[in-house]
Amino acid sequence: MMGGTSGLGDLDELYESIILDHYRNPRHTDPLDSPDIDVEANNPFCGDEVHIQLDIEGDSVDGVSVSGQGCAISQSSASLLAEMLDGKSTEEAMEIVTLVRRMMRGDELTEEEQDELGDILALEGVKRFPVRIKCALLSWTALEDALQDRA
Amino acid sequence: MTLDVSKIRADFPILQRKIGDNPLVYLDNAATSQKPQQVIGALTHYYTHYNANVHRGVHTMSIEATEAFEEARKKVARFIGAREPESIVWTRNISEAINLVAYSWGDTNIKSGDEIVVTAMEHHSGIVPWQQLAMRSGAELKIIPRTEDGRLDMDAAGELITGKTKMVAAVQMSSVLGTVNDVKALGKLAHDHGALILVDAAQSAPHMPIDVGDLDCDFLGFSAHKMLGPTGIGVLYGRPELLEEMPPWMFGGDMILTVSYEDASWNDLPYKFEAGTPNIADAIATGAAIDYLSDLGMDNVLAHEHALTEYALSRFSELERVTVMGPTDTKDRGGIISFMHDTIHPHDMGTALDQMGIAIRTGHHCAMPLVRSYDVVAAARASFYIYNTQDEVDLLIDGLKQTEEYFLK
Ligand SMILES: Cc1ncc(COP(=O)(O)O)c(C=O)c1O
Repeated sequence: MMGGTSGLGDLDELYESIILDHYRNPRHTDPLDSPDIDVEANNPFCGDEVHIQLDIEGDSVDGVSVSGQGCAISQSSASLLAEMLDGKSTEEAMEIVTLVRRMMRGDELTEEEQDELGDILALEGVKRFPVRIKCALLSWTALEDALQDRA
Repeated sequence: MTLDVSKIRADFPILQRKIGDNPLVYLDNAATSQKPQQVIGALTHYYTHYNANVHRGVHTMSIEATEAFEEARKKVARFIGAREPESIVWTRNISEAINLVAYSWGDTNIKSGDEIVVTAMEHHSGIVPWQQLAMRSGAELKIIPRTEDGRLDMDAAGELITGKTKMVAAVQMSSVLGTVNDVKALGKLAHDHGALILVDAAQSAPHMPIDVGDLDCDFLGFSAHKMLGPTGIGVLYGRPELLEEMPPWMFGGDMILTVSYEDASWNDLPYKFEAGTPNIADAIATGAAIDYLSDLGMDNVLAHEHALTEYALSRFSELERVTVMGPTDTKDRGGIISFMHDTIHPHDMGTALDQMGIAIRTGHHCAMPLVRSYDVVAAARASFYIYNTQDEVDLLIDGLKQTEEYFLK
């Protein structure tokens, strides 16, 4: 039984099935041998941690590893990020980061933008739980910082 | 006699509230307690009937306000067994009380090479002011460790408290583990070596009888908001001889006796430490909170929470994947239960329980070093008070079972 417990009310809005799936089976967790980008980020208040490694080939992401520990939101968000990154150009990746931020702010996204986010849209429900937005953005902020540092 | 909980619940308007469709189950009392109508009423009554500044007017309302304000101070003194009302200083909260001592007493008495001893169980506000004092003065901060089962290592305390020690600061009830520490024994160790002891009673004063005479402590502090009173007001008790010697740490109106353009002299205790217009309304409402607790009897409050904690600990043991931090027996242990799940993060537990109307705390509980000593960064915490019931404990345990099912299937 997933997300059907009546007492758990609106919980499904936060923990969409895609999120729970990524939380239980995180993608791209195998570490890379000699990554071009290697960043760790953590939130000392709740103990969420993510570790992002990227191989960059020319302008594109050629290999991804994301691992960490923490709440379902931070970890599934990191896994969604890993899945998104594979094969993207760094520029495209930055665009997605911006879209994720706008989604969390509650901006109206165009249909095209929503398509671009794909599965990541599952994180949209987080915006109704303000204290959890930080968890969702942890890995995205780390990625943004790392790509900016490189640029 | 135990508490008449349904009668008590009727005094707390907020307990009628719903969270979503569910009745509120408030289990975050270690963060702050709810307030009975008697306390809310004391605030409204003051603002409606005799709002005036204290200690300065000759008019009727100022006299009434001053009397109520000073009567509240006497209630606090009686509540903790302090003989002299002037040993009670109003502060904003216990954090300010500790800062007052660390600055006023600390900066006058602590010098390079001295040692300050605190416990591993201190709240951040029981660590950082001393840490800063140590940095300012060149003194050293020593930590009494905890044992495996979440109690203070009193043997280590015996070795750490030495002739170099000038201050021992100890939490009486841990806000994370619920452990009740033997602060009387620590006080004796301190005094045997010529040091002083400050007791952090933030979690103990709301839940058990306290007698500063019996504890033989030099300073003790607590916050009203954790014991049915309003936010924004707390108490520092200090032995009058010590307070007398200590310099003021904030300056302004009310705390002076005479002022010229060149100099000033200080008012008597406790006003020397109460610069500016005090928090009159909240002091008076604190008096109402103390009346409420005294009418129940602190022994009965303790017995009620003891029974509830015993029941809760036995129910927690049903949850195989949940570990309770701190003592798992109820000896010298209050109604604070911190716990972690082997897989589910505390924030996910907290959010899930909130959907059922159950309010618990999640995070580092303002005791980062202590929580980290359990190899976690965050934990969940349920904490009880006079209005909590066994039924609510059952709701919590059922809620945790549902949460587990939701996340792990
Ligand atoms: C043991 C202990 N000390 C100090 C404090 C700080 O209290 P306040 O924030 O009211 O100053 C708390 C509050 O959580 C506490 O539990």
